[in-house]
Amino acid sequence: MSILYKEAFNIEKGDFATAGEASSKIKRTLKKLGVEPTVIREVAISSYELELNLVIHSLGGSLTLEVGDDNLLKLTSSDVGPGIKDISLAMKEGYSTAPESVRMMGFGAGMGLPNIKRHSHRFGIESEYGKGTVITCEYDI
Amino acid sequence: MYQHSVRINRLKCVGCISCIKSCPTEAIRIQNGKAKILDERCVDCGLCLSVCPHKAMVSVTTPLSDLGRFKYNIVIPSTTLYSQFRGLVDIADIYAGLYALGFDAIYEEAKAAEILAEAVSRHIHSPNAVFPVISCTCPVVPRIVSVLYPNLIENLSPFVPSNELAARIAKQEFCETVGVPGDEVGAYYISPCAAETTHMKNPCGIEKSSIDGVIAVRDVYAHLLNFVGKSSSLPEHQRSIVHRAGAFGLGSAVIGGLSAAVGTEHYLALDGISDMIQCFDEIDNDRIRNLTFVEAMACKGGCVGGPLTFENQFVAKNRNRRLQYSQPRIALEADEHVQKYIDSDMLRYDKPITPHNIMKLSDDVVEAMKMMDKLEEVNKRLPGLDCGSCGSPTCRTLAEDIVKGQAVEMDCIFKLRDKVRQMAQEMIDLANAQKRG
Repeated sequence: MSILYKEAFNIEKGDFATAGEASSKIKRTLKKLGVEPTVIREVAISSYELELNLVIHSLGGSLTLEVGDDNLLKLTSSDVGPGIKDISLAMKEGYSTAPESVRMMGFGAGMGLPNIKRHSHRFGIESEYGKGTVITCEYDI
Repeated sequence: MYQHSVRINRLKCVGCISCIKSCPTEAIRIQNGKAKILDERCVDCGLCLSVCPHKAMVSVTTPLSDLGRFKYNIVIPSTTLYSQFRGLVDIADIYAGLYALGFDAIYEEAKAAEILAEAVSRHIHSPNAVFPVISCTCPVVPRIVSVLYPNLIENLSPFVPSNELAARIAKQEFCETVGVPGDEVGAYYISPCAAETTHMKNPCGIEKSSIDGVIAVRDVYAHLLNFVGKSSSLPEHQRSIVHRAGAFGLGSAVIGGLSAAVGTEHYLALDGISDMIQCFDEIDNDRIRNLTFVEAMACKGGCVGGPLTFENQFVAKNRNRRLQYSQPRIALEADEHVQKYIDSDMLRYDKPITPHNIMKLSDDVVEAMKMMDKLEEVNKRLPGLDCGSCGSPTCRTLAEDIVKGQAVEMDCIFKLRDKVRQMAQEMIDLANAQKRG
């Protein structure tokens, strides 16, 4: 596919002050593009979870929205570490490595990744401990 | 045809940016020095009415002189009306004032609110409820939802606003009792709210509104004030009504009142358009869980904060509370009138509320993406000060207007100044360019 539209956001580690801004912007863009409301809702939910994951768990990374000419919408979250030790464990509902400070803020219930998967048409995750994680969510629009 | 209830008085409008900055759907622009409302974007929230420092935003309502249009006139006093009068102890004074205006019957919005509260209370225990159920008593709510949150349309309460229900019941009961045909009876709503005129002319989810006129609270205030404390000597039929609302109904004029009447603890009571939008966003994104009911009102404080009221909302709230305490707490599930209508179709919308995406750049996604690219590109060239001097609320909106062909970059005064500077420099260069003098 060739990319018709692309938006990328840098997400900083631990930056709760701006957490959620990238996913809000992505949602606004999709409304402007006239994407189906049901798809917008799914993208909004998963992009928010991806963004929060980057803020809470990663050492920093980026969130990218791409829309291709084949009616495909792709969200990519890519970080520079630390990577996930056991992906199958991380994908389990209720499993969380979030620190106490983050749980105090109401996050870290271990629902993030399963929720992202549930709200994607196609979901992919690759991670190497010590290096980083790349998550892709695809949607047919 | 222009259906909205806000109009601009071009003589008073000075083209300042107060309204364009406050509009939650970016529906106002300044064109040729005057404000202009973009018809398809306006949701009639009435915020521009209250922020305009020059009182150039005018709410279109029905004049009292319209009362001759029907043979019989019914009045629906809004629940907020009673809270407007200092020293009002007995609501019968207001009934007396309304009869004196020439109305043949009175049906309180507050009574319809009690029926609706009981209906919502039953609905949230029914298997087909979609949670959270969002109340539609404020006419702005279904409009905001249909333009900004199409996913939440299924959450909207299946029941019509309380004033609409009041008009439906009042007309039916009047026709039955007096034995006259429906088309001889007009229902007039005494309104604190600017959006009601739009609801009457172009209702959401309703084929034809049963409300025939929307009279501003302010327009009857002086007349009714004369009756405060003075009706007790009048004969009973000139100061009483058939179905009087109790404390629950009266409470619905203030935000949180309906939730209290519905009787659920898992609710949000949202007042003010910006807070409403913030919470709808979170509900839409599935970030607020385990919520049963959302009561949302576009005006701060609820209907007591409506732009057509006379009294300040906090004073009105206080009076509303005192009037409530003086009323009996009617048990809604046992009230005969409530039970008579609770299962009636009159409570329900008669057609679906449809989504209406005002944000999209083009109907064609590929074209929209090209425009979005261009929008970003133009936006980067703009100063990002969001000063509003171009007539669009933000630099981004100007970029959008440019991409849609409704504005040009030179509408930005900073771009214009750069251009003038550049042209001046070119003229100096030109003047200095001669070799032989």
